[in-house]
Amino acid sequence: MSLLRADDLSVRHPGGHELVRGLSFGVEPGARLGLVGESGSGKSLTALAVMGLLPAGMTAGGSVVLGGTQVVGASGRTLDRIRGRSASMVFQEPLTALDPLMRVGRQIAGPIRRRRGLRGGALRAAVMEALSEVRLPGRVAGAYPHEISGGQRQRVAIAMALACEPELLIADEPTTALDVTVQAEVLALLDGLVAGRGMALLFIGHDLAVVADVADRVVVLKEGSAVESGRTRDVVGEPRHPYTRSLVDSARALEGELDRLAP
Amino acid sequence: MKGRHTFAAGCVLVGLVLAVAVVSLVWLPYDPSDTTGGRLAPPGGEHLLGTDKLGRDLLTRLMVGARIALTVGAGSVLVGGVLGVAAGLLAGFATRWLDDALSAALDILIAFPTLLLAMLVVAVREASLGSAIVAIGLAMSGVVARLTRVLVKRVLAQDYITASRTSGTSWPRLVTEHVLPNIWPTLLVNLALQLGLAVLAEASLSYLGLGPPPPNASWGRLLQEAQATVLTAPLGAVAPGVLLVVLVVGVNLVADGLRDLADPTRRSSR
Repeated sequence: MSLLRADDLSVRHPGGHELVRGLSFGVEPGARLGLVGESGSGKSLTALAVMGLLPAGMTAGGSVVLGGTQVVGASGRTLDRIRGRSASMVFQEPLTALDPLMRVGRQIAGPIRRRRGLRGGALRAAVMEALSEVRLPGRVAGAYPHEISGGQRQRVAIAMALACEPELLIADEPTTALDVTVQAEVLALLDGLVAGRGMALLFIGHDLAVVADVADRVVVLKEGSAVESGRTRDVVGEPRHPYTRSLVDSARALEGELDRLAP
Repeated sequence: MKGRHTFAAGCVLVGLVLAVAVVSLVWLPYDPSDTTGGRLAPPGGEHLLGTDKLGRDLLTRLMVGARIALTVGAGSVLVGGVLGVAAGLLAGFATRWLDDALSAALDILIAFPTLLLAMLVVAVREASLGSAIVAIGLAMSGVVARLTRVLVKRVLAQDYITASRTSGTSWPRLVTEHVLPNIWPTLLVNLALQLGLAVLAEASLSYLGLGPPPPNASWGRLLQEAQATVLTAPLGAVAPGVLLVVLVVGVNLVADGLRDLADPTRRSSR
C-alpha cells in the first residue's frame, strides 16, 4: 500500500480558479519522489494540500490518502493525529519557519516531547542528539533563530521535522534560500538522514538538477498540471514533453557553461 | 543598549510620581479640604508651594492628584487591556462572520471620541473615579482589541505556525507556545503607551468637571481652577502641568525602552 496516494487532486482559489488540476501521484514507503516546476506551478500548494494545510479560503478536491487516512475534507482532529506521524515538512525559508522568540532548543524539544513523551534531562539529551545529527554544536540550542546563520537555521528546521519521526518527509525547496555551497551540504545531510531512517521523501524544487540528485521518480508540473512523470533517469534522459525538454536543456546549458570556463 | 537607558530614565520619572502617590497615602502636609491657609498664599513659609484661591495647600492637592492620576491610569489600562485583549483574541481566531461582526463593533467604538464616551458614562453613572476608569478603559479597549486582532492574524499567517502545525501541534498549544509569546511584546508596549494616554484623558475629563469630585481633585481640575488666577499665582497652573508632563513622558519612555528590551531580535548582539 502506498504511503501517500494523490488521485485527481485539485486546489481551488476562493475566486474559483483552479491552481492545481487533476494531479495524481504516489509515494511508496522509503521511496523518493520529486516535484519539479517553475514558481507558480502549484508545487508548494500540492505539498500543503497533502498536509491539509491550505491557506484560508483555498479548497482541495479529489483525494489524498496519507498513511491510510483521507486528508481532503478531514476534520482538524484527524489531521492533528496524522500530521507529524505520517508526514512532516521542511520549508523553503528557514528564518520564517522558526519562531523568532523561542530558543532553538525549545523548538526542537516540542515535537520530541509530543512524539516520544520525554521530559527533563532525557528531553534535553534528545535535543542535543537531534542537533548533533544535523551537525550542529550543542550551544545552538540556547540561541534565537536570528542569531544563527541561514544554513544552521535550515538544519534546525530539518531536526524539528525529523524529530517527529515521520514516515514521509516533505521538503519544499529546502535549499532555495541558501548559498550554493551551503545548499550542497544541506542536501547531502537531508539525503543521508532520510536514507538512514528508511523514510520516504517528497522533494519539491524548481531546479531539475537538484531534484534529480535526490529523487528516484519525478513529476514535472506546469501551471498546475503534471506534464510528465516517470523515473528520474528516463525523464532527464529522454524528456518527452517540450517543457521538460526546456528544463533539461537549460540545466545542461548552465553545466556546459561551467565546463567551458573550466581551465 | 539605547533601550536600557530609555527604560531607566522612564522608570525614574514614573517612580518619582509613584513615590509621591505612595507617600500621599500615609502622610499629607495638610488635609486636602483644609482652607485655613489664606487665599493665594505665595510659595514658601508654612505652605511650600503656596495655596489656591480657597486657601488649600497646593502641595497637598498635587500629591493627592498623583494618586488619582496613577489610579485612573492603571485602572483603565486594566479594564481596557482585559476587555481589549479578550475581544481581540476572539476576533483574531474567529471564523469570518464573527470576525466581521466584532470588527464592525470595534470600528464603532473607536469612532466614538473618548470624551464623548466618558460624558455618556458619567451621565449614566455619576462623576467619580470609577466612572472615569470605566469610560477611559472602554474607549481604550477598542484600540487594544484592534491591535490584538491584527497581531494574532499576522502571527497566524507566519510560516512557523504552518511548520508547527505540520508536526501535529494542537490549537491550544499553538496559542500558548507561539501566538501569545509573539504578540506579547508589542501588546505590552502598546498598553504602556495607553497608560500615558489614559492619564491625559483623565486630566481632560477632570478639567471639564467630569472626573472625580472635590476635594479629591486631580491635576486636570487643578489646572482648571488655577485658570482664573494664572497671572497672579502661576505656580498653581504650572505645577500640575509639569507633573502631568513628567508622568506622561516617563510612561512613554518606559514603553519605548520596553519595546527594545522585550524583543530579542532588537536586542544588540550578545
